[in-house]
Parts: sequence; structure tokens; C-alpha cells
Amino acid sequence: MRRRCLFLASRAAKERLLLARTSPAAKALSSAAVSTEHQTYDTLPPPAPSESTSSQAPSSATFAGGVELPLTSSLHIVKAESQPRWPVYRVIDTDGALVPGAMEPELSTELAMHMVTCMVRLRVMDHIFYNAQRQGRISFYMTSTGEEATQICSAAALSGGDTVFGQYREPGVLMWRGFSLQNFADQLFSNTDDLGRGRQMPVHYGSSKLNFQTISSPLATQIPQAVGAAYALKQQKLAQVVACYFGDGAASEGDFHAAMNFAATLECPVLFICRNNGYAISTPVEDQYRGDGIVSRAPGYGMAAIRVDGNDALAVFAATQEARRLALAENRPVLLELMTYRVGHHSTSDDWSRYRMTEEVKDWQSHNDPLRRLLAYLHAKGLCDADMEQAMRDTERLAVMAALEAAEKKGPPPLQSMFEDVYRDMPQHLLEQRAEMLAHVAKYPDKYPQGRGH
Amino acid sequence: MPDCHESYIVNSQSCRPDLLTILNSAAGLNHSLLLSLTANLCRFTAINSAMRVALQTDPTATVFGEDVAFGGVFRCSVGLKEEFGASRVFNTPLSEQGIAGFAIGYAAMGGTAIAEMQFADYIFPAMDQLVNEAAKYRYRSGNEFNCGGLTIRAPCGAVGHGGHYHSQSPEAYFAHTPGLKVVMPRDAREAKGLLLASIRDPDPVIFLEPKALYRTSVEDVPDGDYEVPLGVAQVLRAGADVTVVGWGAQLRVLAEGCDMARARDGISCELIDLRTVLPWDAATVAASVRKTGRLVVSHEAPRTCGFAAEVAADLQERCFLHLQAPVARVCGYDTPFPLVFERHYAPDALKVYEAIKKAVNY
Ligand SMILES: Cc1ncc(C[n+]2csc(CCOP(=O)(O)OP(=O)(O)O)c2C)c(N)n1
Ligand SMILES: [Mg+2]
Repeated sequence: MRRRCLFLASRAAKERLLLARTSPAAKALSSAAVSTEHQTYDTLPPPAPSESTSSQAPSSATFAGGVELPLTSSLHIVKAESQPRWPVYRVIDTDGALVPGAMEPELSTELAMHMVTCMVRLRVMDHIFYNAQRQGRISFYMTSTGEEATQICSAAALSGGDTVFGQYREPGVLMWRGFSLQNFADQLFSNTDDLGRGRQMPVHYGSSKLNFQTISSPLATQIPQAVGAAYALKQQKLAQVVACYFGDGAASEGDFHAAMNFAATLECPVLFICRNNGYAISTPVEDQYRGDGIVSRAPGYGMAAIRVDGNDALAVFAATQEARRLALAENRPVLLELMTYRVGHHSTSDDWSRYRMTEEVKDWQSHNDPLRRLLAYLHAKGLCDADMEQAMRDTERLAVMAALEAAEKKGPPPLQSMFEDVYRDMPQHLLEQRAEMLAHVAKYPDKYPQGRGH
Repeated sequence: MPDCHESYIVNSQSCRPDLLTILNSAAGLNHSLLLSLTANLCRFTAINSAMRVALQTDPTATVFGEDVAFGGVFRCSVGLKEEFGASRVFNTPLSEQGIAGFAIGYAAMGGTAIAEMQFADYIFPAMDQLVNEAAKYRYRSGNEFNCGGLTIRAPCGAVGHGGHYHSQSPEAYFAHTPGLKVVMPRDAREAKGLLLASIRDPDPVIFLEPKALYRTSVEDVPDGDYEVPLGVAQVLRAGADVTVVGWGAQLRVLAEGCDMARARDGISCELIDLRTVLPWDAATVAASVRKTGRLVVSHEAPRTCGFAAEVAADLQERCFLHLQAPVARVCGYDTPFPLVFERHYAPDALKVYEAIKKAVNY
């Protein structure tokens, strides 16, 4: 069957070749004819009418790869900006009220309250660790403020067995899975209990127990890796998906495009979750792409996709749940573009006041805060009130402070661990270098204090 | 400087956050102290000044990369968009591969492309464009085409807490590529002259800027247009007992090691800055080694296949009978750049001093 299609396709190609090899005069004629017709259109051209007018002209033809494509006789260049914009899926509005016609996702009170708790915890954690950096207690930090729903509510729709590949602004996913405040604090202080053994900068978390692959700074590298991981899950016939998070900036890297194409062609159960927060450090999305966001790329790769209000906790939850179902049921990738906003600095090395207006940030903070929206929704249902929220904040503040203080007191990992894990077994040259380093340090112990390196 | 105080305040404001992390070192310096430390260095960095001269003197010159339009994360392009317009100083989408390929194409049409990689650690997605394209553009076409107008700038090196991906020094990868030139300046004054020479060089140049250099004072950077020639090493200190060679910010470490050797053991070191890693000035180093009979080479990058290996191999060929001790290398260890043990990892002055002493007492 397949062979026959190929044969047909190649015959069609031959026919077209023959057509193209007409005399120069014929060519000139036909191009003249075309140029008189020269014009562009704003929407896709209609295919040539099949039955009505010319009975001989076929309405479609087979092209390379055996694809049957509609034909048209009108010269027509399609402008991207004429395409309709992708709509944004929303369940609750910015005041937390149910959007008319929206279906409320099945969300137990318990799960909803857990979402709120996690969002409050993340916000409080960010506040305290950000200040700890400002005080010089940790060397670096990145906040998630304004993007809590993209992380926590998508994580809530995954199963714990699903594997996650993150970028760096997804601590909420780890938090949802049970990464403790102490786990976070230990990594930030690069102490002896940091699972990453003090080797990476703050916020590069990871946990094999929680199926969350360790964060790496180079952008977009995790996206094709996530596809390979999803393929592995498929091969093992596990009813699991891979969730891969990245930003609007990272989606410009070559790795993003390779990953989309691999996932589509190799039919991998992977969720690409793009947090479109409007900026890549200082670069606004106008400088990043000219298409309709990230979601519009999906059809080009033959991929299913949905655009979601990323500050709508319920929409994020419902969309991720449905995307996961689809990915598993049909072994296919799904792209989710979560529209959100980075309220804080890119990182503690950044200052957003250099490239955006205070009003812009204030506006998002006061009119479209994911936590406020979810709280308002739950308040209307009588599930949560201001006192409860305040109590949550107080509890979390104490817990974060306790974790921070405990982490600060712990020492660094053992010095010789610096040479471990380069390979599974330490080769000779590293054994020698380690001995050399330890001997040197032993000779000048006061010059190499064993405290934290920052 | 009558208006010193005023400009001090303005400048400390304008460069505060980006440099904070760099300066926020082990010393546990507090915020306000950091502010005052950064006061002097960002008025116009040496790099900024070199790019301004290039944009003024060459109408085809363009400056671009990630976050370049607002001044760059290291503030190197501050004010350039305002001065020269958004068509010559602009943001690109976030893709190093794209930046390098775009820059090559622009240069292939005769333009001067000054492209920024945000960190040298993130230059690797551009490896194919640089190694297979930029490096071979002239050779493969029989000189029908070239992309000599291309300069890639990338901040490199350790800063105290950069960990794996904000600390690396990738000069050796590019020095292994015929067709590319590789430059790493040691201080601000040199940086400006070497960058202008790189921008105007007829071949593509990878210009690696040690981030430690961004903290050095720019007071001694001359205004105006000047070049420091590529491919020419500089003897910074004459000495009799041992030749000490490095490039980039490592020169400061080497100078300290030489000082220790003189103060503690009366050893006289000849200190050489290679300035250009490729093509490197072997003649200057060989002349020195013939005199001293000993050589110590040092860099921050890992030891195995680092450029020190090349210098050592070459010099023993040139100066075998003059050598009185094995050529010594003081380098980073063969591990990824570790965050928490950076101080132990670094080829610091003490390690340099030990190597100097060992070579002399061999
Ligand atoms: C390959 C690579 N290039 C550049 C960087 C530097 N960098 C770190 S974060 C960032 C912006 C990323 O923006 P986005 O993907 O939108 O994520 P967001 O920070 O908005 O969450 C850049 C340019 C990097 N880490 N890796
Ligand atoms: Mg972003």
C-alpha cells in the first residue's frame, strides 16, 4: 500500500517536471499571464472550483510524499497577520467569577485548597528568599511572582509518575510534588543536604524521587530531551507523559523547533508547556517573534495545541488535564501556551525598571493576579476568606524562615566531592588531580576556608 | 573631577543590579558597599567605548544580540541604540545559532557585525555556525567569499559564584579551529584596543571578555580610537628565572603569584600576556624561555586539552635544550566548573606560586 503511494507520488512528480520543462517562450508567456494577475490576499485562497466551471481542470493533485493538495489558479500570498488570532481559554475572569458558558473543572475542595496553599507558600518563599539574596545570604534567586498558577495548577493536573523537564521558573511544580521548603533552602545555600551537592547556582533544583529532572541553565536544551524521555515512556508502555516547561524566549532556540518536529513525527506523549510571560529578561515578545505567540506554531508541526489564560488557575488545571488525556490516549504531543506575566525582576541580577513601565507591572499585579483570582473564586463558594488566607501566610512565613535558618547553619558538602560524579567511576587523572588539590589545601588550610563559596 | 560626586550617584544607580551578582562575592559585602564599588566602572566600559568608536568610524557596523538594545546584561551596549539608532543596535530573538549565522551573513555581504553572546557558556548552540561556517568561509570558497567582518563577543570566566554555566572559558575549543582568531584581553585598556583591532581584523574573531574585567576601573582607558595589534604577546615584566605565561584575567592572578615568588624566595619571573590565543605569539614566548629556561603556563579552563597544553608542547619543541625543568601547567581541574568549591578549583596565585617555585627548584 505504502509502496504504491510512493510510486504514484513519484509519477506525479515526473509529470510536473515534464510540465516545467516547456519551452522558454511558453514559460515567458505563462509568467506574463501571472504578472497581470499579480496581487496578494488577506485570507487563504479558495481552492479551484471542482465541478461547476471548468470540467477538465482537476481540483487537487498528488504531490511528493503522496499528499493530495488542493489546487488554485489564483496567485495568492498569505500574510500571517491576516490569520485569526488564537483564542485564550478561560474559566474564571479576572475577578474570579465563572465565565458565562464555561465548564467548571471537576476540582475537589481539598485539591482547590491545596492549590491555594501551594500558591501562597510559593509567593511567601519567593519573598523571603529574594530578600535573603538582597541581604547577601544567598548569591542568586529568581522569583515566580505572578506565574504561580502556570506552575502549580498544571502540576496539579499531572500524575506524580509523570516526568518533568523544567526551565528554571517552575519551583511550583516541584513544590506541588512534595519538594520541601528545606529541600529548596538547602539547594539555595549549596549545603551538604543540597541534592545537587552544591554544584549549581541557586534555583537549579532537581529530584529523581519526584521525577523532576535537574534544571540546567542553557535554555531550551530540556525540550528535545523531554521528547526522548516521552519516547522512552511510550516504548515501555507506561501510562505516563512527560511535561516540559519553557519560556517565550527559550522557544526561539533551535532546540525548541527540533523538539516540536521530533515529538510530532515520533508521536511522543509529551506536553510542551510554554509560560509566555511577555519577556525574556529585557526582551519583549515583539522582538522575540512575529507570529501569534508560541501556540500558532503547533499546526505547522502537525501538533495539537491550546492557548490558555495562565493566570486562571482553573483554566490551567482543566487544559493540562485534557491535554494529558489526549497525549496518553493518542500518543501525541500537545502544546499549551499559558499567557501570563512576569511581575518580578528576571532574576536578582536584573532590574526591570530599565525596560518596562511601573504602571504596566502595577496593572498586572492589581488586576490580574492568579492567586487573587483563585481566592475570589473560592471566596464566592464560601471556601476561603481573608482570615484563612492571612493564617496561611503566617504559617508559611514561619516555615520558610525555619528552613532558611536551618539551611544556613549547615556546612558545605565534603571537599573531595568536587571530583565525584564527573563520571560514575573516577578515572585515574581525576584521582591524581584530587590528591594534588587536597595536598595543596592541606599545605595552606587558612587560605581555603571550608565555608560556602559565596 | 569637580562633578565626581554627581556622576558617581548617577552611575551607581545605572549599573547597580546587573553587577550585583558579580560583585556579591564571598566577602559577604552588603548592598550599599556593592553600590559604591560599582560606581566607577560603568560610566562607559572599555567595551562600550570600543563599540562606540566602531559605530562612529564604520557606517556598516552593527551591534546585536540578546538584550543588547537596553544596554546588555553587562551594560556593554548602554546608550548605543540611542546614539546610533535601532537599525544598527538591536535585540535579536533568543538563539545563539541564529545570532552567529545572521552575523556571518551580514559580514559575507561586506558589513561589520559585532555580535554578542550573552555568556561564553551559551556560545555552544552557535558552535556549528562558528566552527563549520565562519571558520571555513574564506577557505572553502577559494577566497571568493569571506566573513572577516565578524566579531563575536562573549563574557567568560569565573566571578565567584557562577557555577557550571556562568564561569567557563571556552578559548581552547575555538583555538582548535583553523580560520578563527581568538582574543582574550587582560584589562580594560587592553580590551578596548584589542576589540577595535578584532572588529577591523579581516578574519572572524572570537573575542572573550573575562567578566572579572568588567569590575576593573576604566579610568586609564584612553578616549578615542586606538588598536592593540592581534597576534602579538606582551612582556609585562622582565625576569631571569622563569617565564610565566597566561591571557585574560588570569594575568592578575599570575602577577600576584610572581610577586609572592619574588617576596618569599627572591625568584625573578618574566611575565607574558599572550593577548591573542590564536594565532599566538610563540616567538616572544620562546625568546623568553631561551633566557629563563623554565616555563609556567596557566589558565582557568580545565587542564586537559586546554591551550596551555599547546603552549607547552610547542615550547618544548622550540626550546628543548634550553629547558631546565618540565613545562608546568596551572589550570582548572578536569571537572565541570563547581559552584561551591570555586575557590579550591581556581588556579589561584598560591598554586601559581607553588608551580613557579617547583620549576625553579627542579
Ligand atoms: C542558551 C542560553 N542563552 C542565553 C541564556 C541567558 N538567559 C537566561 S534566562 C534568559 C531569558 C529567558 O526568557 P524566557 O525563556 O522567556 O523565560 P523567563 O525568564 O521569561 O521565564 C536568557 C537570555 C541562557 N541561559 N541560555
Ligand atoms: Mg519569558
